[in-house]
Amino acid sequence: MTERSEAGTRTVRVRRVGRSALLLEVGSDGEVAALHAELMRCQSEGLLGRVDEIVPAARTVLLDGVAQPELVAGEFEGRRLEPLTAGHGPVVQVPTVYDGADLAEVAGLWRVSVAEAVRIHAGCEYRVAFCGFAPGFAYLTGLPEQYAVPRHATPRTRVPAGSVALAGPYTGVYPGASPGGWQLIGRTELPLWDPDRDPAALLTPGTRVRFLAVEPKGAEPKAGEPGAGEPTAGEPGAGR
Amino acid sequence: MVRPGPLTTVQDRGRVGVAALGVPRAGALDPDAHRLANLLVGNDPGAAVLESTLGGVSLRALAPLVAAVVGAPAPVRVDGRAAPWGAPVRVPTGAVLDVGSVTCGVRGYVALDGGVAVTAVLGSRSADLLSGLGPPRLAAGQVLPLGPATGEPVWIDPLPLPAPPAELQLRLDPGPREDWFTADALRLLATSRYTVSPVSNRVGLRLLGPPLERLPDRGELPSEGMVLGAVQVPPDGLPVVFLADHPTTGGYPVVGVVPAADLTAAAQAAPGTPVRFAVTGR
Repeated sequence: MTERSEAGTRTVRVRRVGRSALLLEVGSDGEVAALHAELMRCQSEGLLGRVDEIVPAARTVLLDGVAQPELVAGEFEGRRLEPLTAGHGPVVQVPTVYDGADLAEVAGLWRVSVAEAVRIHAGCEYRVAFCGFAPGFAYLTGLPEQYAVPRHATPRTRVPAGSVALAGPYTGVYPGASPGGWQLIGRTELPLWDPDRDPAALLTPGTRVRFLAVEPKGAEPKAGEPGAGEPTAGEPGAGR
Repeated sequence: MVRPGPLTTVQDRGRVGVAALGVPRAGALDPDAHRLANLLVGNDPGAAVLESTLGGVSLRALAPLVAAVVGAPAPVRVDGRAAPWGAPVRVPTGAVLDVGSVTCGVRGYVALDGGVAVTAVLGSRSADLLSGLGPPRLAAGQVLPLGPATGEPVWIDPLPLPAPPAELQLRLDPGPREDWFTADALRLLATSRYTVSPVSNRVGLRLLGPPLERLPDRGELPSEGMVLGAVQVPPDGLPVVFLADHPTTGGYPVVGVVPAADLTAAAQAAPGTPVRFAVTGR
């Protein structure tokens, strides 16, 4: 069983998933990050035996196609991990035009102006917690807890590729056009998914990410707006 | 491609090692039939084949080829003349290989010597209908590239036709989230007769029957990794058995997992087929 330490971390609980998979459960994003990093290290050193897939998620890491599930379960059951907050490697910069259809609504939920909402979002460093929903769709953590927003009750039937969006504690970027219920705050032209690239996803689990506020391509500085070229304030409706 | 039938896709063994990027596994739903079809025409056992659904498929040979049809039994014709199911068949240049509607089962596998040589994406030629990776579903008029033949066909007498199963029996290893359900729900799952829903597809075998009730105080499950054969229970309580195109992560609790060996039969279970779960003692 799991138990909480004084630091709030939990020991790893291993749940069996059929005959050749294990679900390793911990208590927080940071512990998932630490567990995932440890599993990747063990796999690269050949300590896990055959494991086909290592899939991090919100509170768990799934190991699938495990040749020796008993052995791996015994190795990780009850382990305690120091939460990891930062990602690893160089920071991937995501140039973002903050003009999403829901930006004003998000700013309203945060009780700040649109310009301030952009400043808050572009001011944080993010980490890819996990991928899912679609190939290359990354769930990024890093936005402080108080900025969590609900998803739309009725999803949009089509969200354009490159949309930068929020849901719950996560920021995501849609790699391709798809239906989606997240709050759209901006868009990027960065190619997030390319099956001919290795890895095919730009944002893989553990990657550090920053969003860089940019003007739309070909945008002319508007009269009376000295801030052209500076971080954009997005659509009209600022100063709420 | 003369007639793609209701749904024909290119399938091999699917994608391995990319689930962490959100890429489903895909691959033939009936791996035994996929391998057998390839062996009959002398292909590598993992070569790409055509997976047809219920209504069969028709192809015109642009060069002489050897084909084999296995999986769900169906009438096979070459230029209108009856040809064997479950054995290699020569198709001369210009002739039409026609696989008719299945007599039982769901998915037919058509191997062509040399294998279907569409471009591989992330190590596989499989169509993934959930995320759209790989070749799109086949359309009339499309030309399929074949690779060079790598081996000799196995000229055997036609295989016996599989008999239609009266009932689909699926073993179920409980977990990882059986503790999200009432004791009554688990008893219902082990004792009820479900039937295969007509909206089943390559993502999942959807079942109709008594809904499974979750414990009331559990809230929402954070998204977690999903496996082949996972029995996920959405809020309507009707179990879905995940097949090859299943999503890599999901937020509905998985009550148990069906062993891969039982999924071959699941891939061939037509809508309306009765389903029973044999819950294992684990």
